[in-house]
Amino acid sequence: MRDKINLKSLLDAVNVPADWVGIREVYESNTPRMIRDGIPVSNGHYSTHGVMVEVLVNGQFGYFGTPDISKKGIEEASNKAYFQAKAASKYALHRFTDEVRPKSAGKYSSEFEKDLRDISAKDINIMLLDACNALKVSDKIVSASSLANVIETNFHFVSSNGSDVVQDFLMLEFDLSATAVDGANQQTRTFGGMRGTCRQTGREFLDNIEILAQANKIGNQAIELLSADETPTGEMDIVIAPDQMMLQIHESIGHALEVDRILGDERNYAGWSFVKLEDFGKMQYGSKHMNITFDPTVSSEFASYAFDDGGLKAEREYLIKDGLLVRGLGGKESQVRSGLEGVANFRASSWNRAPIDRMANINLEPGESSFDEIIGSVEKGIYVESNRSWSIDDYRNKFQFGCEYGKMIENGKLTKTIKNPNYRGISNPFWNSLKMVGNGDTYGIYGTPNCGKGEPNQVIRVGHASPLCLFENIQVFGGA
Amino acid sequence: MENQFKTISKTLFSLINKDEVLTVSLTGEKSQFIRLNNAKIRQTGLVNDTDINLKMISNGTTCTGSFTLSGNDSFDLGRAKSEIERMRTESSQILKDPYVTMPSESGSSHEIKRSNGLSFENAVDAIMPSIQGVDFVGILSNGRMFRGNANSLGQEHWFETESFSLDYSLVAKNHQMVKGTFAGTDWNQNNFEQYLDQSKKKLKMMELNPVKIDTGNYKTWFEPAAVSDFINMFSWNGISEASIQQGCSGFGRMRNENIKLSAKFSISEDFSLGLVPKFNSNGEVSVERVPIISSGELKNTLVSSRTASEYGQVSNYAEPSEHLRSPSMAPGELNQNDILNEIDRGLYLSNIHYLNWSDNPKGRITGLTRYACFWVESGEIVGPIDTMRFDDSFYNYFGDSLLQVGKETEFIPSTSTYGNREMGGTTCPGILADSFALTL
Ligand SMILES: [Zn+2]
Repeated sequence: MRDKINLKSLLDAVNVPADWVGIREVYESNTPRMIRDGIPVSNGHYSTHGVMVEVLVNGQFGYFGTPDISKKGIEEASNKAYFQAKAASKYALHRFTDEVRPKSAGKYSSEFEKDLRDISAKDINIMLLDACNALKVSDKIVSASSLANVIETNFHFVSSNGSDVVQDFLMLEFDLSATAVDGANQQTRTFGGMRGTCRQTGREFLDNIEILAQANKIGNQAIELLSADETPTGEMDIVIAPDQMMLQIHESIGHALEVDRILGDERNYAGWSFVKLEDFGKMQYGSKHMNITFDPTVSSEFASYAFDDGGLKAEREYLIKDGLLVRGLGGKESQVRSGLEGVANFRASSWNRAPIDRMANINLEPGESSFDEIIGSVEKGIYVESNRSWSIDDYRNKFQFGCEYGKMIENGKLTKTIKNPNYRGISNPFWNSLKMVGNGDTYGIYGTPNCGKGEPNQVIRVGHASPLCLFENIQVFGGA
Repeated sequence: MENQFKTISKTLFSLINKDEVLTVSLTGEKSQFIRLNNAKIRQTGLVNDTDINLKMISNGTTCTGSFTLSGNDSFDLGRAKSEIERMRTESSQILKDPYVTMPSESGSSHEIKRSNGLSFENAVDAIMPSIQGVDFVGILSNGRMFRGNANSLGQEHWFETESFSLDYSLVAKNHQMVKGTFAGTDWNQNNFEQYLDQSKKKLKMMELNPVKIDTGNYKTWFEPAAVSDFINMFSWNGISEASIQQGCSGFGRMRNENIKLSAKFSISEDFSLGLVPKFNSNGEVSVERVPIISSGELKNTLVSSRTASEYGQVSNYAEPSEHLRSPSMAPGELNQNDILNEIDRGLYLSNIHYLNWSDNPKGRITGLTRYACFWVESGEIVGPIDTMRFDDSFYNYFGDSLLQVGKETEFIPSTSTYGNREMGGTTCPGILADSFALTL
């Protein structure tokens, strides 16, 4: 836990003629533990603690990120932030007011039943060792690993216009991975792909029996992939499991709808967007089966919170309703710049970075179809699980994804296992080819700790939940 | 900063027991960021951030920890002491590590680079007037960076440098873009304005009518910036010895099936430029030059001391993550002026974007064209192309398909600022490949 600091009294120490002042304190610790091939390869505890002092001068914000949380440290930080803002204000892109830092007060705590921090280092090591051993189902598993990272974040924001927000997060990243090798054939299978299993949760998530069963399944599927056929090449139907849907949503919807991208802020780094400001309320983003929400209220999802880092209250909103684009991912600054309605998504990676438009939880809402109905409707196609490769262009049009594990679907039935399943497409036509959406029984909650964006660069946590989905006539192909 | 590091590390070394070995390292920066969009300032500020990393070997285990250095000595020592206590307690609880790697005593070093950089006070006035009149978007990252490492066996390293990097895009009315990175240690206003003028000239070429091309295989020239993106992929499931041993590397074929790349392709880890510290996070010092691939043959992988111990190899003091810290690819024979003629009909790619392994064991990488990418016909640029996806193996374009390597190398500075500003970059020439696969 962080050392308690009286931020409000530090706010009084600020002595610059700014139009608005805010102090945002972040303490965060990561406690990753990892066993690979029966050996402990990580037992760490990494923490970071500091404040960002932000001031508004002549409509221009300036900031100073500092770990010196003394009265003197805050005084110096605010002086330098003031100078920086003043010098820049001659060339301000937009003249802001404190409207973009609304007064807000409240608290948030991650929901959990049993505290993750109560598990001893010894007990986690043993649990991970057992899981690692369970992954090694054969000598052909050349490497197996199990990982648990407990993350604790404490957030406190105060401002000269009366904001006082405290948010405490407790999160878990969990992964199992087995790599099988037979000659030149290498296949890796994981628990949800690319650290996809990440939640705000407690100790209740770590059920030993369930973990061992998953480890055994993952190990066996890695071996199964060694003798599997290559994925066929051609245009066919594809049924995508929630742990791959999550990245499909992330890359081809989430980033494309970030209003700061649409306004051009990211053109030198992450890129622009095929979506334009005038498309909101008009563009048919996908088929009528498509309903996408910004939802920071799902209790166990990775990026749930009550307020964003500018103090805006976070609420569930539809971004896409029955396929129609209705709302963008723009925080208060983007809302005043664009004139569009937005969401509370103004987020920073830590105390040393300024907030920008980010995803939080971006979810595809469940439909009506059961797993069997979806598979049963496909004459010829593939079924894919768990992301292993992702790439999309700077306008978020041309994507290509690779998955860990696939099955052929023939005459309405899942048949043989296939390896190296890949598919590619263009975002807008792809989402318009969405034919069926699974019901709540097919729904899965995932996320990623590694969403990169911004200058200076920031990596942030996002959550994505989705049911199983069927897309028609998609280009699929296998390995080299 | 150096004194703070000395104070904290010396105090901690005095606190550890005889059977404990402690390594203390520091990563710090005092930075200025000015973020620009449409030749105006979008966001700006300063960041002071210094992390202390601790690694304690005790009781056959390795425990690690880190915290932010506040600058208040007694507060920071309190944090450090409680971390030592935590690691000491954990070392009796966690599993034993049979491959614990003790720090070596490979000598100390001290390097402080002073330069005539861009002062924080002058940055706005140095940059803003010159960029008016074009759609300029990007970021200035500026200021000092610090790296320290010391261990309880007596070894001490310090490295301190100052640099700036103005990483930007110029955007034409038709949305075509040109990339520029003006980076260095000493600021020279004339050099900056000349560099910017070059970008503006390039932008004019982007105003030519765009050319629509089909998917297929094309003869392709890659500028050094594009080649450096391919080389960066070697640091991810690539040239790491642990990755090869664990079945997660595209270089397994070179090791196990004795497959070679083109004799025209050579790359080494080369610290002679002095842009990054020679010591790693364990305080180990690499030799100045480690050949990785020489004339197409795999000579060395990157081997950390831990990997060496676990898999019976010899360490070349790579970082534990076994990534390239200062890659340098050897130049070839192709003159800058002959590039378009040699392409004759094909692609001229200045930059590529969003690379990922599409079939890692086979060396296949997918990604996209970005920025100044042109269609060339009869040795002349016809116009910029629309964004295209590629999907091809480095065993092709650095292998059988590699026709020629550029005579001039460029230094492509790392502009990454995830967590902290990265030092160094990649030195490489451009390459001409006979065939390169565009797929979407
Ligand atoms: Zn992302």
